[in-house]
Amino acid sequence: MHPALSVIFLTTLIGAGQGLFLALYTGQLYALANLLPAQGADFYVGGSLIALALLAAGLVASFFHLGRPERAWRAATQWRTSWLSREVLVLPLVMALIGAYGLAHYLGWTAPLFTLGGTIPVAPTLLIGLFGTMAVFALFLCTAMIYAAVKFLQEWHTPLTVANFTLLGIASGFLLAAGYSAWRGNQLVVFFGTWAVIATLLALVTRLAALARNRGLREGRGRKSTVQTAIGVRHSAVVQKAQGATGGSFNTREFFHGRTDATLQAVRNLFLLLVFVLPVGLIALGYGLESPTLPLVAFGVQYLGLLGERWHFFADARHPQNLYYQGVS
Amino acid sequence: MTQLALVIDLNVCVGCHACVTSCKQWNTSGWAGPLVDHNPYDADPTGTFFNRVQTFEVGTFPLTETVHFPKSCLHCEDPPCVPVCPTGASYKRPDNGVVLVDYDKCIGCKYCSWACPYGAREVDEQQRVMKKCTLCIDRITDMRLPERERRPACVMACPTSARLFGDVHDPDSEVSVAIRERGGYQLMPEWGTRPSNHYLPRRKTALHINEDELVRADNPLRREDLTTYTGEEALDDVAW
Repeated sequence: MHPALSVIFLTTLIGAGQGLFLALYTGQLYALANLLPAQGADFYVGGSLIALALLAAGLVASFFHLGRPERAWRAATQWRTSWLSREVLVLPLVMALIGAYGLAHYLGWTAPLFTLGGTIPVAPTLLIGLFGTMAVFALFLCTAMIYAAVKFLQEWHTPLTVANFTLLGIASGFLLAAGYSAWRGNQLVVFFGTWAVIATLLALVTRLAALARNRGLREGRGRKSTVQTAIGVRHSAVVQKAQGATGGSFNTREFFHGRTDATLQAVRNLFLLLVFVLPVGLIALGYGLESPTLPLVAFGVQYLGLLGERWHFFADARHPQNLYYQGVS
Repeated sequence: MTQLALVIDLNVCVGCHACVTSCKQWNTSGWAGPLVDHNPYDADPTGTFFNRVQTFEVGTFPLTETVHFPKSCLHCEDPPCVPVCPTGASYKRPDNGVVLVDYDKCIGCKYCSWACPYGAREVDEQQRVMKKCTLCIDRITDMRLPERERRPACVMACPTSARLFGDVHDPDSEVSVAIRERGGYQLMPEWGTRPSNHYLPRRKTALHINEDELVRADNPLRREDLTTYTGEEALDDVAW
């Protein structure tokens, strides 16, 4: 597939924004249990604003993918059948809930509404955060299922796609939360950073599993369509001589990345380094030096890596329609 | 329920591209046109087409066969491109089974093209919406046309009659009989999309001549006249 910049930015930006919100809410829950020092309202308000900005930037990026962005509102109608439509509905919902979460902290709605089980005071911020968390996970599911639900793209049609989108979003979000905490100089850096490393390592496992699965598909194991089933000629030697167009078509542009295998391998190695290796090292170094900026640098490095990771995700997927355009591949 | 479809005879197709050009002509000048081209008379010409003819070589030289392969939307009975559309612009007509795009609703997100294993959909880069074969819906449903013209432009144009058009749900239609009796098959059956369009396979053509066919032993029109003539008027002398 041809990797579109708009979709690469959409999925990585909203992933980081969703992860950041999860980090903020996790921090609040731990503070509620007195496992972490409680933070002032400005910490949550600032964090929610950063998460909102990331989600909004992702939303803006998504419009560049559309031929007719002025009709985008129509995309909310087919939520019964289309994961894309579901994402279009859940993304604004997540933004609204994160905005409400920040606003509730800003307005100081932290007085308990009621007490659960005699021990847990439930404040409006806690409730909004709970709904926000559910919406965030729903959004991870919707975004990933857009790809995982296309059965023809066998590289994507696996639960690993959902795992990767979710874990990588959580990893980058928690890393950003660590950077945000370090920059503000509070004590949550180690907490967020450690969870970021755990999520990163989990994502490493699922991403490597997806890469191994893709390698099997590339070598033909489990690949469903062949040129024989594509044109229905049962002969072992079938060679395409003409594609029906002189200078290419939508089919030769949209479904091919146009790069060499060597480029693909280089991007893979680079993203494995930038997403999984360097951020873990940088965050460990940040702990040691108690640096206010290194965790932010770690986030920046991982985000750059995620752009490569998403590029590779698209480029590595081979569409069965390519069997009809063998002069390109 | 009616399911209109094409049946394409690969044994007859000569790869002349008449179906491609007539499709382009009809659909670029119809009410839903134009089908935009870029650099049509320049280097790297490209554009939107509903129908393309591709060519494959089967076998190893010198034992090769050339297969011309016309490819357009197959109007699947279970079209995977329809449920993924976020706007409802892609739909399957309930009355005749044709899969269509409402160009006024399409937002050009290209998701449907990802969800089609056949690569049947093409974006119009100028109108910025997804386009695809309509089976010439504006011809086949136009009751002002005489019945023989209520057929897709590609079918009308095919000089070898390699393209048949009709209702594959009617067991007695020309297309159903062709599928049944001439080994009609579907493309990529492994995906369960159940394409309505079918292809008729290439066939070996061989001629067997028996001795008695040469002497026309059983031929009622035999001209061999065994009579011995002695000057009288023979059959060959009759002035016709």
